[in-house]
Amino acid sequence: MSILGTRVLRTEDPRFLTTGGVYTEDVTDEQLAGACHVFFVRSPVAHARISGIDKTAALGAPGVLAVYTADDVIELPLIDPLAAGLTNAKMTRTMLASDKARFVGEPVAVVVTEDPYQGEDAIELVDVDYEVLPAVVDLDDALGDGELLFEDAGTNVVATFGDSASLKQDLFDGCEAVVTHTFMNQRLAPAPMESRAAAAAWGEDGRLTCWVPNQGAQGVRDDMVKYLKLDEGQVRVITPDVGGAFGAKFGADPEHVLVAWVAKQLGRPARWTETRFENLVAMTHGRAQRHTITIGGSKDGDVRAYRLEVIQDSGAYARIGAILPTLTILMASGPYDIPNAEAIATAVATSTTPIGAYRGAGRPEATAALERAFDLFAAEIGMDPAEVRRRNLLKKFTEPHQTSFGALYDSGDYEAALDKALEAAGYAELRAEQARRRANGDVTQLGIGVACYVEITGGGDESGPPSENATVEVHPDGTATILTGTSPHGQGHSTAWAMIASEELGIPIENFTVKWGDTDLIPEGGGTGGSRSLQQGGAAVQQASKELIDVARERAAAALEANASDLRFDPSRSAFAVAGDPEASVPLADLAKDERLFVHSIFAAPGATFPFGTHIAVADVDTETGKAVLSRVITVDDAGIVLNPLLAEGQRHGGIAQGAAQALLEEVVYDAEGNPLTASFADYPFVSATELPSFELASMETPTTYNPLGAKGIGEAGSIGATPAVQNAIVDAVAHLGVRHVEMPATAMRIWRALQAAKSAHSEPESTTTGSA
Amino acid sequence: MQVELTVNGVLRSDEVEPRLLLVHYLREVCGLRAANIGCDTTSCGACTVLLDGESVKSCTVLAAQAAGQDVVTAEGLAGDGELHPVQQAFRNEHGLQCGFCTPGMVMAAVGLLRENPNPTEDEVREGLEGNLCRCTGYHNIIRAVLAAANGAAEPATAQAEVTA
Repeated sequence: MSILGTRVLRTEDPRFLTTGGVYTEDVTDEQLAGACHVFFVRSPVAHARISGIDKTAALGAPGVLAVYTADDVIELPLIDPLAAGLTNAKMTRTMLASDKARFVGEPVAVVVTEDPYQGEDAIELVDVDYEVLPAVVDLDDALGDGELLFEDAGTNVVATFGDSASLKQDLFDGCEAVVTHTFMNQRLAPAPMESRAAAAAWGEDGRLTCWVPNQGAQGVRDDMVKYLKLDEGQVRVITPDVGGAFGAKFGADPEHVLVAWVAKQLGRPARWTETRFENLVAMTHGRAQRHTITIGGSKDGDVRAYRLEVIQDSGAYARIGAILPTLTILMASGPYDIPNAEAIATAVATSTTPIGAYRGAGRPEATAALERAFDLFAAEIGMDPAEVRRRNLLKKFTEPHQTSFGALYDSGDYEAALDKALEAAGYAELRAEQARRRANGDVTQLGIGVACYVEITGGGDESGPPSENATVEVHPDGTATILTGTSPHGQGHSTAWAMIASEELGIPIENFTVKWGDTDLIPEGGGTGGSRSLQQGGAAVQQASKELIDVARERAAAALEANASDLRFDPSRSAFAVAGDPEASVPLADLAKDERLFVHSIFAAPGATFPFGTHIAVADVDTETGKAVLSRVITVDDAGIVLNPLLAEGQRHGGIAQGAAQALLEEVVYDAEGNPLTASFADYPFVSATELPSFELASMETPTTYNPLGAKGIGEAGSIGATPAVQNAIVDAVAHLGVRHVEMPATAMRIWRALQAAKSAHSEPESTTTGSA
Repeated sequence: MQVELTVNGVLRSDEVEPRLLLVHYLREVCGLRAANIGCDTTSCGACTVLLDGESVKSCTVLAAQAAGQDVVTAEGLAGDGELHPVQQAFRNEHGLQCGFCTPGMVMAAVGLLRENPNPTEDEVREGLEGNLCRCTGYHNIIRAVLAAANGAAEPATAQAEVTA
């Protein structure tokens, strides 16, 4: 019986459950003996000219080894905005804020101490003179260029993707109903439970070894090479266990580079672990898009035209967030067949924490905008939201489908996913219950939210088609080792990759060791992100395993003095046997005795894959207090063939929770002066167990032909579908009272205000909706 | 100052700074690094341990305050190489992913089940409100605690699948 597709428990769990994982802060390597501790002095103001820094008091404090400012690190290269050519090249950053500080939390100085408690005390003693400048927080203020973050750039605009002059004036001509609306896809904190950290040591050979929690050691190495001006061979990056990442741990941040630099300066190893306060202000945030949607169609539910205009808040410095709108635009029309659709975006700098990737990275935003638009359109024409969706979904396809935004959807059956979700939810019964409560005028009203989605996973980049490498080696003792270019941080690759190789090699999964995240051992690799790992990294493991059997077959032929073509490999015995003579056999492991038996292989996919599904959320909303309680989430997430349902469900659960959290409660908030108001877990409303229900998952598996596993990515689907489903459910609960929209997060206050506004004016509280016939 | 306390069944006596937090004591002095530090505000629970049988956040207790008491961490919950029934249930139900919250979550669950051996789902959710997890959406953690309460230590086959 095949192990593929079965619920295999994770082999990595026992140590996590007992001794705990070995995260960067836990690493006890002899190279790190006697390490000093690095602390960062961070800007307490959002936008300021730095006119002077006095280190004297800090240098005199107990245990202080050194204090460094921008002047000391001037040899380090400038950090260019990400995506050269797309972004404004003049918006460069120094490793430590030099002339200006541009967000609360930006590193301004480094303090190095003998022990950590001394560092906590000493950072308070670095005296920085800030000449405070007006903060740039509001997106319209930023776009108005009244106050510039980068004077040399002459604008706050970081990048534009299409412009308003290109929009078609006649896009909505002929539509019987048109709705337009502006809303926020608010800023969120990725907030992995393990914050950022680093440890660095330089060997006598001049080589740097760095331990950094990350999503791909090779990318961290490349950054270290670039910013420390080293050769690739001079840097070894090791990835310890990683306590969650969610898109925010790709590459090296300035802090990581500086820890390595400090270790070089002082000639001794250095370590850094950030506090949660630092994490919430200085690790990249996610989302932060403002959407203006316009949707039009016929009164019987055919959507004819859709326009999405995006303003991306990219924060103070252009990280990947500045170009995430490209993914939002790519996926703007989602699973629908909309004859006329267009999308444009502008990314703008603000004096806030830079925006990076967060679970979904550009695609949840596209889905949230579109699914809100569909509900607004459904409300406008008075049609059931599920029915409007059904009428406009692309029909099932097995050959790739090209969208007007240039996406090539590999396979899809969107209507089946909708039907399955509606059935699993008991949609008709829910609507009946809703009607009953509405008729009774119950205080607690029921809302049902539907969201259909398609998303993109495992995409390539300008360097070529998506690919990943793996090495599989069988040892003489019957064990095996897998080296992978992916980089798990909770996904369970040790189990999953062993399952794939076990299927081919007949070696029990307990006998596998899976290694990743050591650039000396695995120089190449794309890491884990964009839901790419199984479809490329897993496929590479399978390919290498099959190729290993081919190599072994030749050795077996020699050993058995038979023709290679007469040999059969029997995975149940992990042995080759001569066809028709099972007694003449040789175990696979024996073929590694005289010469190492391993294969390194690169799997390249023809393109990205496009998982899809439907989420349905059910919410109870108290119409007197505005409090919303999420009571059910039912999802169909079709990510192709499932390797291990246990792991796939875990990915879905986590994504659903993060998606629901965005709709219900999470938001990074700044005041008008750019002060973060959510800089601790006491203030940032990180979703807890009490705010979520158990989730109801229905299965659907439509294979892709883009890899032999038939798998698409599952890591981000949950957050993509759940956010609009939950938001739509909340609005739906109070729709009969005149509410058309509630901003995210839909707090009790916002819902209550929407109800009051609808009661008094039959108009929208936070933005305008216009309908035309 | 000198503190004497029992950690995972071993009586210890150590010289500590009066302001040393219990979690730092466990991690740096005892070398027990299962308990993690996930926040600065006693919000996340990654550092949860048992103090005289009750779950506490060890970032909110000074080492000095634990003097004379009995501390149990995830390392000491079961014998060598064994999993405590709650740990086994977490594995069976896939109640952990990145593992960072896990030792604290397990200790909080053990404390919860000592106080309430047969909790409802809502009681488990309430009981674990002070322990944050970013990976699992809590779904499988709740299932694990309920399974442990029911004495289910075998690999589970039940699933949340809706066979629609």
